[in-house]
Amino acid sequence: MIRSEVLKSIIPIITDKLVVCNIGLPSQELHLMDDQPSNFYMLGTMGLSSSIGLGLALAQKDKVIAIDGDGSVLTNFGTLPTIANNVADNFILLIIDNGSYGSTGDQPTYAGLRTSLTAVAEACGCENVVECKAEDTATVLQQALDSNQMTIIVCKCESGNITVPVIDMDPVVIKHRFMQEVQARNDG
Amino acid sequence: MSVNKKIVTDLIDNGVEFVTTVPCKQLAGVIDEIDRSDSIYHIPSNKEDEGMGLCAGASMGGKRSAIIMQNTAIGVTINTLVTLIQYYHIPLPMLISYRGELGEPVACQTEMAVHTKALLAQLSIPTYHFHAAADVDELDAILKYCFMSKKPVAILTDASFWKGA
Repeated sequence: MIRSEVLKSIIPIITDKLVVCNIGLPSQELHLMDDQPSNFYMLGTMGLSSSIGLGLALAQKDKVIAIDGDGSVLTNFGTLPTIANNVADNFILLIIDNGSYGSTGDQPTYAGLRTSLTAVAEACGCENVVECKAEDTATVLQQALDSNQMTIIVCKCESGNITVPVIDMDPVVIKHRFMQEVQARNDG
Repeated sequence: MSVNKKIVTDLIDNGVEFVTTVPCKQLAGVIDEIDRSDSIYHIPSNKEDEGMGLCAGASMGGKRSAIIMQNTAIGVTINTLVTLIQYYHIPLPMLISYRGELGEPVACQTEMAVHTKALLAQLSIPTYHFHAAADVDELDAILKYCFMSKKPVAILTDASFWKGA
């Protein structure tokens, strides 16, 4: 399975959840397959999906899923100790690890070579780190949601992309509808 | 009231509940004061762009946030300031130690100091420079302006300010 197939497999689970989605193709694929006000699409700033997701989870009650990539986590490695030391049990970090920089032409990342993001996350002090095969992502994600514990999921999938259009929504519109959704969930 | 207490009181009075920091010697006192506050969640970050991501998330979660960092961080965070904070209209007060100004003992710090205001001007970031101790009296208005305008705002605090504080 490639990333877009992983995303498709988890849409029934994430469609009504607060989702912070990584820059580039992951956001474009999610936007194409299941655009929701509860999705926050990153249009720039590689590496910060996990940081935005953690900040959001710490600031309010609803569950947050940050969808990240191996290349983005490598870009913002400092995020893992911060996550480990600021536990938010409403936060799930889903790292879709295809061992490549998918949005820029599938150049290999170190995560696809000798570096294990699962081992790094554990070494940083993260508890509940689960590595899974792409086919098992939906099951593992649902288990993580049911556990009510902060969980880091490293989904190992194949490299590859589908053709998707860029997102032409204005960033302020993305943020505004997302914040309205966050507020409604916390008011309710 | 000490300047550190005054800064943290102004943050709290303006509804700031989430603060990320990357330390600087000049900022040690205010970071200690943040830690002593029960109404602020203090989350140290490992790099300032990571901290801005945390603040953006908290802001969208309904909590006003702020970052405390050194001016060297302007060099680290330009892309994040432009493509996240400014692009999505996220208010972000940045309390910045202005290293490399008069009284600076470390020569290397002057290298970023000479670029700091030019970079902030290039980014069209409203910038305030606290030089005399009394300049802190403007902080409350600066914070109100920041959250009203939904912009990042830089508050540069130099060695003379901290010496007189």
